[in-house]
Amino acid sequence: MSSTAVASEALTSQEYIKHHLTNLSTGEGFQAIHWDTLGWSVFLGLVFIAIFYRVAKKATSGVPGKLQCAIELVVGFVNDNVKSTFHGTNPLIAPLALTIFVWVLLMNAMDWVPVDLLPWLISVVTGHEMSHISMKVVPTTDPNMTFALAIGVFILTIYYSIRIKGVGGFIKELTTQPFNHWLLYPINFILEVVTLLARPLSLALRLFGNLYAGELIFLLIATIGLFQLPVHFLWAAFHLLIIPLQAFIFMMLTIVYLSLAHEDH
Amino acid sequence: MNINATLIGELIAFVVFVIFCMKFVWPPIIGAIETRQKEIADGLAAKDRAAKELELAQDSAVAKLKKAKAQAASIVDAAKKHEAKIIEEAAGKAQVEKERILASGHAEIETERNRAKEELRQQVALLAVAGAEKILERSIDAAAHSDILDKLVAEL
Repeated sequence: MSSTAVASEALTSQEYIKHHLTNLSTGEGFQAIHWDTLGWSVFLGLVFIAIFYRVAKKATSGVPGKLQCAIELVVGFVNDNVKSTFHGTNPLIAPLALTIFVWVLLMNAMDWVPVDLLPWLISVVTGHEMSHISMKVVPTTDPNMTFALAIGVFILTIYYSIRIKGVGGFIKELTTQPFNHWLLYPINFILEVVTLLARPLSLALRLFGNLYAGELIFLLIATIGLFQLPVHFLWAAFHLLIIPLQAFIFMMLTIVYLSLAHEDH
Repeated sequence: MNINATLIGELIAFVVFVIFCMKFVWPPIIGAIETRQKEIADGLAAKDRAAKELELAQDSAVAKLKKAKAQAASIVDAAKKHEAKIIEEAAGKAQVEKERILASGHAEIETERNRAKEELRQQVALLAVAGAEKILERSIDAAAHSDILDKLVAEL
């Protein structure tokens, strides 16, 4: 959050921002692994699983404890959204929506961690200079993360489309609409495939774009000197909207796409 | 934007988390919520039922009370009627008894008077004879004049 990096390391603003947008990675090209994205996302996923599993193990239909009340609030919220959109029985959709909502929410919430806090802590502990430490703490600002979620949802969409409608039904859906004439089937197919592929792409890029831009603005604010503190506060307060909203949108679209896959025309 | 092997790792993590959530997290929590919802719904229904039953019980209690009151009133009524009848009967009997006693009294008085009359008559006859004997200083043949004396007694 502070601009101490700019002063002490004598980095230009450009270098400072570029440095903060670099992942902690090993390997080259496609074999590279972003350890910060992977580590933080798995850590946050485990936080989600640990809290919810603790409650699930001790869940009582009698008088619930305070933690169970809070967890039930989240579960009830997700369940209501699933029930209002998806009419059918599928044991996967609700837990999937819950996992996405809470996991994405937690990962987005890492945006509130001051951008220089963790690199500074690491430099204090390890003695390395901050300009040599890459640590992107928000996993959803990494397209690998958002695309992994979107591709997971996309695979499930294809799987349920084929399971509910059959291969023939799925191909029929892709070719016979919107223009129901055999001459226009190739055009239908192109249109439908574009629609189909646009879903995971937009899903992944929407989340990535929002969080990446938010992070970038935090970094820009961090370069303006003394006045950054109130501006940081304002931007962080604005993220009270963005963080849950993006998690909610990702969850809702997942439910919508999967219920579309279940609809038989 | 550099897509790399991180994506595969995240995909695996995603699948693991979703499966874990589906197997161990979602069912117990939603089960607890739904069971509680059902229990609350049952409780509310039981409350409604109890309220309705209470109302019915109150109604029947009021009806029973009303019936009991009516019954009591009719019993009192009947008792009053019976009492009046008994009094009337007793009065009637007393009247009859009174009349009977009066009649027997009268009869007794009558016979007593008759007897006294008879005695008086006989004594008068004797007195008359004795008086006549004394006055006449003569013996009168009682047997020869008894018919006259008897006639005299009868006239008395």
